[in-house]
Amino acid sequence: MSPKMDALQGSLDLLVLKILSRRRRLHGYAIMSAIQDISADVLRVEEGSLYPALHRMEETGWIRAEWVTKENGRRARLYELTSAGKNQLGMEESRWKAVAAAVNRVLREA
Amino acid sequence: MSIWRRVTNLFRIKQLTDEIDEELQSHLEEAVAQGRDSGEARRAFGSPLRHREASRDARLITWLDSLRADSIFGLRQLRKNNVTSLAAILSLGLAIGSCMAAFRLIDAVLFRPLPVANADHLYEVSRQGVFNNTPFVYDSWAYPDFQLMRAAVKDQAELLAVSTAEPVDLTYKSDAEIERAQLQYVSGWMFPAFGLRPKLGRLLSENDNLKRGAHPYAVLSQRYWEHRFGEDPGIVGRTFRMGDRVYEIVGVIDGNFTSTETGTMVDIFVPVMMHPGVSANDWSWHRTLAILKPGVAVEPVSAKLEAVSRAFDQQRMNGAMAGMPKEELEAFLNQKVLLEPAASGASGLRTDTRRPLTILGALVFLVLLIACANVANLMTAQASARARELALRVSIGGGRGRLVQLVLVQSACLAFLAAALGAVFAWWAAPFVVGMINPPDNPARLLLPADWRLIGFGLAIALAVTLLFGLLPALRASSVNPVTALKGGEDPHARRRLMHGLIGVQVAFCFLVLFVTSLFVATFERLSHESTGFSAGRVLVADTVTKQPQSLAYWNQLLEHLRHLQGVEAAAMSDEPLLGGGNWNNMISVNGLPPNGITVYMRRVSPGWIDALKIPLLDGRDFLLQDSSPGSALVNQAFANAYFNGQSPVGRSFEVVFSGNSRLRFQAVGMVGDVRYEELREPLLPQVYVPFRILDEKGGVQDIGGAELLVRTVNPNPLLVSQLLRDEIPRLRPEFRVSRIRTQLEINQSHTVRERLLATLAVFFSIVALLLAGVGMYGVLHYYVLQRRREIGIRIAVGAGAASIVRIVTVDAFIALAVGSAAGWALGLASTRFMTSLFYQVKATDPPMLVLPALILTGVAILVSVPAAVRASRIDPASMLRVD
Repeated sequence: MSPKMDALQGSLDLLVLKILSRRRRLHGYAIMSAIQDISADVLRVEEGSLYPALHRMEETGWIRAEWVTKENGRRARLYELTSAGKNQLGMEESRWKAVAAAVNRVLREA
Repeated sequence: MSIWRRVTNLFRIKQLTDEIDEELQSHLEEAVAQGRDSGEARRAFGSPLRHREASRDARLITWLDSLRADSIFGLRQLRKNNVTSLAAILSLGLAIGSCMAAFRLIDAVLFRPLPVANADHLYEVSRQGVFNNTPFVYDSWAYPDFQLMRAAVKDQAELLAVSTAEPVDLTYKSDAEIERAQLQYVSGWMFPAFGLRPKLGRLLSENDNLKRGAHPYAVLSQRYWEHRFGEDPGIVGRTFRMGDRVYEIVGVIDGNFTSTETGTMVDIFVPVMMHPGVSANDWSWHRTLAILKPGVAVEPVSAKLEAVSRAFDQQRMNGAMAGMPKEELEAFLNQKVLLEPAASGASGLRTDTRRPLTILGALVFLVLLIACANVANLMTAQASARARELALRVSIGGGRGRLVQLVLVQSACLAFLAAALGAVFAWWAAPFVVGMINPPDNPARLLLPADWRLIGFGLAIALAVTLLFGLLPALRASSVNPVTALKGGEDPHARRRLMHGLIGVQVAFCFLVLFVTSLFVATFERLSHESTGFSAGRVLVADTVTKQPQSLAYWNQLLEHLRHLQGVEAAAMSDEPLLGGGNWNNMISVNGLPPNGITVYMRRVSPGWIDALKIPLLDGRDFLLQDSSPGSALVNQAFANAYFNGQSPVGRSFEVVFSGNSRLRFQAVGMVGDVRYEELREPLLPQVYVPFRILDEKGGVQDIGGAELLVRTVNPNPLLVSQLLRDEIPRLRPEFRVSRIRTQLEINQSHTVRERLLATLAVFFSIVALLLAGVGMYGVLHYYVLQRRREIGIRIAVGAGAASIVRIVTVDAFIALAVGSAAGWALGLASTRFMTSLFYQVKATDPPMLVLPALILTGVAILVSVPAAVRASRIDPASMLRVD
């Protein structure tokens, strides 16, 4: 059973930013499958959350997008991280670690 | 930046949506390319519509987007009901336009600050007191008094002397080319005090204010320099001749300062030292303005000025008033000095039009309210037609807030369209009205820029109007109950009550407008038919000047020549025309006794003057050529009443008392009928006419530099002779020049210009108000019949007569009419108390003033209810009962 991203509220941004920090210029489907693959199918991103999130982050300026034409003549929209996005990633990462550590402590000591 | 992107995205929504769709599509293709089943991928993907919505929301400002959608929908709604919408936009546009035009005028005359450095510290100094038992406020000062006052408050304020702007005759090149320009005498230090800078040359300063008659320098306004000289860069150093002096132009003002006098644009500024009255202590000819230093309070300054001015008057009056009853002298001297803010300048126009303009503003505001009530009614009727649509929106989950927004946005669309229309109307109307404020030969000139003040006002009024007529229907619409509305109608009575209430409000305001209008029209009627005591028909008044003062014999020859011209019945001259000139008054002493406190008003006239104006000679004789001043005088009936107990003073002597107690002795040679002197509204004043043959101390006859020639023509149109005069006078004597020709009728009418303006505008707004109220009432009755057609059908089927049907349809509207009229009348009685000073021999309680508006309104109401009544009584019961 794969937890919905809702269960990991707020972590979608973190995951997307992280993926984009490792690999440049990915389209939406690639980001989605990357999250799924790396998490060994545990994390599944719903399309319904991914695209609004991508567009929101683009409007905020954390990532930027451009259209490229693929070999088959179709256009695809590729995303990459901006420097503001890098900063944001750093912040989100440390926040996530703090939360995770806190949760672990509670699990251990309660 | 991001917000900005989201706003700009609003304007490329189509492209945005396409991009989102394309991206989602490419996602699916990618999924299929990765080996997933296309059906499965599509199912996993879910509703693309929902994704699109979610993405769009991320990239747009949603509320702005909904506003955009509502606006488009609103405009579509307006287009759909194009006739009603057009009626609403037109009526509202006219009302908003009138409001904007009135705002432009009121702002320009009363509020817009002068373009000077310290406008907010600028005050006008005037005096308030009692003279001849009538209270007065006097804004003119004598220069020696001013000098004392300026020295006294040196540390708290800077005082400025500025004359009333006056049209003068001057020549730049040859004397044959006399032209007119507006000229103002000002204190030299006014320019530095106002922080004004020269565009060319230099401006005047304290150094141009030293010695009487020693500073023949002039500064031009930038506007005049542009219009008259085409921005000639070599203007500095050029000269012009005015009267018998030559002035040198020393500079041009930078910027649009055109005097401290609202309503006049001054072309030329010269130092006060060049004014002939600068050293006379009994000639009050200039206004006094004060620029208070920062932090200085008003009261101590005015107290100081009061003390100085009182001491000055006391000394001045010492001789002239000797022996005058102490109380009257005290009453005269007991003047209060007022300091009133004058950030937007000081002028007669401002004082005279403040009240009319305010009333005008109130009238257009009422018209706006009527228009709003009208549109609110239209919207309510429309909303009832849309009740099902709105109910549907509620039942599929539209929030009430969104519904209110929907209806309000539609109102706003209407209001802004109307405001745009109104702006066009105001753009045309304001200058048009300015042109009517003053008599045509001296029009008021106001800057009427369309700047942020006007735009802000327009937007504010459009918003206010939206709320005023939109909110009620919007709230009603949002409270729609979907179940009853979808079932086929809610309680119609509430809506009808609302509409009839609005009709009542409209009628009340309309009545008020009509009531005020009838008062203004009656005032204008009475004032323009007021007897002047002389005959103005067929009389031309030619303002005649000479380069140098000319011998009286030449003037008399000129008159004699004119009398023999073809088409001329009589010719004479005076120093100023009746009702068209300055005020020259003095005290009189009879038998060497002290003056009794009643002022007489003086005029200098030639033999034949009373004939030319057909003023009756009651006793004695007219002037002869050998009559001189001092020596002979003509007096009027009011003079006899004031000084000789109504007995004819012919043959008796009296003295005219000048300041310093110098007296000139006159013998009355004739008594004439009373004429109006300076104003139509004032009582008939005691008057003394003295001859042009002025003897100096040694017995010599003084030369005359200018006079008003009066010519009564044979032809009923005196202007036909005006060119003849212009040609004949210089032909006979090259030194003589006619600078301006008016008809006496025109001069008389200039006294009723503002009354005519008020009456005309009031009639115009009454017609608009009536039209709006009529359309409103028609619309409501129409809607009413439509709503109740089934009930009426049943009534007809069971035998109701036409009369009772008409009664049912119209009774509510007529109740609204009666209640509204009563309310309007009460409002009228209450409000006219603020306008009584504008009325002439008319009272708000005069029965015709009440009956006329009531009759007009009832007439209009009957007229507009006829179609509805006819339609109601012609309803065919059979077809009506078959419906549904």
